[in-house]
Amino acid sequence: MKTLSYLITGIFFGIVMFKSEAASWFRIYEMFTFGSFHMYGIIGSALILGIIGIQILKKTNSKALGGQELQLAAKDRSYPRYLLGGVIFGLGWALAGACPGPMYVLLGAGYGSIALVIIGALIGTFTYGVLRNKLPH
Amino acid sequence: MEYLLKEPWPWYAAGPLIALTLMILLLLGKTFGMSSNLRTACAAMGAGKASDFFKFDWKSQRWNLLVVLGAIIGGWIAATYMSTSTVAINPQTAAQLATDYGITSAGTAYLPPEIFASVNLTSLENWLILIGGGFLVGFGARYAGGCTSGHAITGLSNLQLPSLVAVIGFFIGGLVMINWIYPLIF
Repeated sequence: MKTLSYLITGIFFGIVMFKSEAASWFRIYEMFTFGSFHMYGIIGSALILGIIGIQILKKTNSKALGGQELQLAAKDRSYPRYLLGGVIFGLGWALAGACPGPMYVLLGAGYGSIALVIIGALIGTFTYGVLRNKLPH
Repeated sequence: MEYLLKEPWPWYAAGPLIALTLMILLLLGKTFGMSSNLRTACAAMGAGKASDFFKFDWKSQRWNLLVVLGAIIGGWIAATYMSTSTVAINPQTAAQLATDYGITSAGTAYLPPEIFASVNLTSLENWLILIGGGFLVGFGARYAGGCTSGHAITGLSNLQLPSLVAVIGFFIGGLVMINWIYPLIF
């Protein structure tokens, strides 16, 4: 049952990403050149509703299904990693025109060359894991 | 009817549906972060031999790979039955892409074939763009502890200052790439 709910959530998310064009290289380019409100509207409206939703969950002491705590742990308060990692991520987001969610959506949509981006992302993740202790956090 | 089905969804439909995805995953006892599965996949492929970062019970993260599998299926459904797979962007942006970089496919494609079409993968430059872009995304997401979903949506929704720093970083990186590095590579 749980297996099915994760799968359906993923399908739903995939359709939303493709249909809203958030998975399109063109929309990412347009966002970084401030050519349209579209991407800002998507992220902004998701964010406003996300803030309201999480506040309601917290105020009502809601639990996840099955009674476990909600996974809303505070992030570590060490800033170099967020800024440096963020800048590196942004360089890649604009270069490949895709972030991790849309990569998979595009693979399913039949764009085979996106597999190179996914392979690159796996190598990048692996490289971070190996170099992690040498990087400022 | 078919026309309606294939129309793209406006931002004010997509944003709330993304917030709904976040809430569903929270209520399922999980979190919304699409880049974590890259670490899970590395661990599943045996990367724990090279770094402790990948020594964890990746099977406990199986749910995340199911979300990924769903996203692949969702992409297939949307592209096959619910889309014309063309994206109409700002005409000025489209014109600028054509003039500056020779990318003339805006409005006729979902991804620019100049970069993504398999016939153009004979170009070493395109390989480097795709693998290099992916590398930076994967490296940066783990270094920053999250990507667009984990920081820009989940972290900011939970009012996390580190996520704001990360998102500012995303935009610094994106703007540097588009304004200064694109003219060098395209």
